[in-house]
Amino acid sequence: MAEQDWKTNKRVFAAVSLPTLFWIIVFFLVPMAIVWLYSFGENKGLTEIDISGTLDNYKRATEWLYLTIFGKSFAVAALVTLICLIIGFPVAMAITFASEKWRPWLLLGIMLPFWTNLLIRTYALMMLLGTQGFANKGLGALWEGTSWIKTLVGLQPLPTWEPVQLLFNNFAVVFGLVYVHLPFMVLPLYAALDRLDRSLIEASLDLGAGHFRTIMRIVVPLAAPGIIAGVMITLIPALGAYLTPDLMGGTDSQMIANVIERQFKKANDWPFGAALSFLLIYAMFALIAIQSMRKKVPEVR
Amino acid sequence: MTDTAHPIIQIQNVSKRFGKVTAVDNVTLDINAGEFFVLLGPSGCGKTTLLRMIAGFELPTEGKILIDGQDVTGVPPNKRPVNMVFQSYAVFPHMSVADNVAYGLKIAGVKGGEIKDRVAEALELVKLGGFETRMPDQMSGGQRQRVALARSLVMRPKVLLLDEPLSALDAKLRAQMQFELSDLQEKVGITFVTVTHDQDEALSMACRIGVINKGEVAQLATPSDLYEYPANRFVADFVGSVNIFEGKLTLDDADKAAVDCPGLGKVYLNHGVTGPHGADVWIALRPEKIYLHVPGEGKAVKAAAQDAPDGYNFARGKIKGMSYLGDITLFEIELESGACLRVSRPNLSRHDQDDFTWGDKVSMHWRADSPVVLLG
Repeated sequence: MAEQDWKTNKRVFAAVSLPTLFWIIVFFLVPMAIVWLYSFGENKGLTEIDISGTLDNYKRATEWLYLTIFGKSFAVAALVTLICLIIGFPVAMAITFASEKWRPWLLLGIMLPFWTNLLIRTYALMMLLGTQGFANKGLGALWEGTSWIKTLVGLQPLPTWEPVQLLFNNFAVVFGLVYVHLPFMVLPLYAALDRLDRSLIEASLDLGAGHFRTIMRIVVPLAAPGIIAGVMITLIPALGAYLTPDLMGGTDSQMIANVIERQFKKANDWPFGAALSFLLIYAMFALIAIQSMRKKVPEVR
Repeated sequence: MTDTAHPIIQIQNVSKRFGKVTAVDNVTLDINAGEFFVLLGPSGCGKTTLLRMIAGFELPTEGKILIDGQDVTGVPPNKRPVNMVFQSYAVFPHMSVADNVAYGLKIAGVKGGEIKDRVAEALELVKLGGFETRMPDQMSGGQRQRVALARSLVMRPKVLLLDEPLSALDAKLRAQMQFELSDLQEKVGITFVTVTHDQDEALSMACRIGVINKGEVAQLATPSDLYEYPANRFVADFVGSVNIFEGKLTLDDADKAAVDCPGLGKVYLNHGVTGPHGADVWIALRPEKIYLHVPGEGKAVKAAAQDAPDGYNFARGKIKGMSYLGDITLFEIELESGACLRVSRPNLSRHDQDDFTWGDKVSMHWRADSPVVLLG
């Protein structure tokens, strides 16, 4: 197929691309535009919104209170991304270097969570982390065991086990977000590592480098496109995370998406919610712009 | 090579099995210090596995590998005094030429000033002086290979391993690099061990060649011995072009032997072979060692009679095919027995190729020292 085909067969091209174009315009661009217009409007009554072109919503959205929530959301998303990278990189390497027989199964294992609804996964995780959950039961058993051993050797037993509060705090939010976003990190990392010419690694070993140095000096720099892709694909959804902080977080762990949700629902202040939404979208645009401006790493042949 | 040549690499009863597949089968081989050694064999014969075991990337299933007298069988690649030039060159794409070459030296803890000198020296050696700041993606395949060479040579290894070093280059560059590699090896005096499936490459560069077939050493010899005295049918056929005929040994003295080949005729040799009388043997005859004559003039008979009894080392046939290659013309001749014989003839003058053409009847002779008797 020549690249110029669409120019010579304009009708065919139009027939093929129109439905998609229609879909994008009607179900994506138009609603976005409406929300964008709302962000310059004011509430008139319960359901009426007057698009007056005011910038008040943006003024309010950039107040200190909301900026701190933005900042916190960024911090949480960045931490989640970092943890995903630290956990995901060895996992991706392990899959890359696993035998042909195992690789598809390991990849399946990574993708399996996608087949389950996010809500169900989150509730499952909450059951695990709850005060009556397996994590606490396991810790409790360890505690009791230690206490028993201490009495056995004639020492004072430990005080009674108090379940640890693992849920409804910032820890739970980060834990839950890492759990949800890890596959997003692993897959692009795997794709980058899989393309890596193995003889580059062997050449590094051959020249006297140990395994750790080979990873830091050869594998990581050459996997940089995959790392950046993984970071973007994890950071952006983590930044807009709504469900996890809502269900697993405490009163102090709301993220920007939760604030936005409240504007559209409880507060019934659509224009302000729209302004907050667009601030978030602009922030993501900025991230993507920074990523695409970075110096292109030479393609590995 | 000097008489005091000592083995720098000793491969002792090494086998390598991948699951049920035996890649290398009980190979014992000494490679001498300072020689240019080539492992030659068809693809999948185990030669690369053998090289990778010397480098340390594969562990032998059985046997031992010694480098300079030290048992390195279980030593990891980064602790071995050998370096490798990879088939894909494996030049680090995110580092400049100078950084590539300095990589190993930095790890070895060589000081900055010395690194600079040694990198410059190594690049000079491979004729890449002035390319220090280039990135690999700005270089041709041939240049990248030179970077890989410099990167290995700068480590001053005891042995340099090269995996199919010329396979990715075009024909002209390949011929040039053959000479350059031989030259380089003489200059630096490091033992080179090269793997190749290309017999021309092996013959032109090697001091000694180990022909590998199905994981075993088929023959170990100098290039000319390999070509003129192949040990078996595999080597005769793999190295160069050859006509092979089955026959029976009818005479075997100290200074002469005769083989009766139903396909070719009666073959006389002016040297003895060690084989039982009446044994089944094979005659190998190189195409360039057969002379073509116009029949009827008795020239072929006369020429054959110079060093063989009447009726020996002589055949008749008809030209079935010919291909003109410029320097030589290849003929395919159907013998009276129905068998086919390949004959090559140098075009010594501009019109030699016109002497014979399709369908011509020809007679042939060869000298009594040309055929090789193969027992296996």
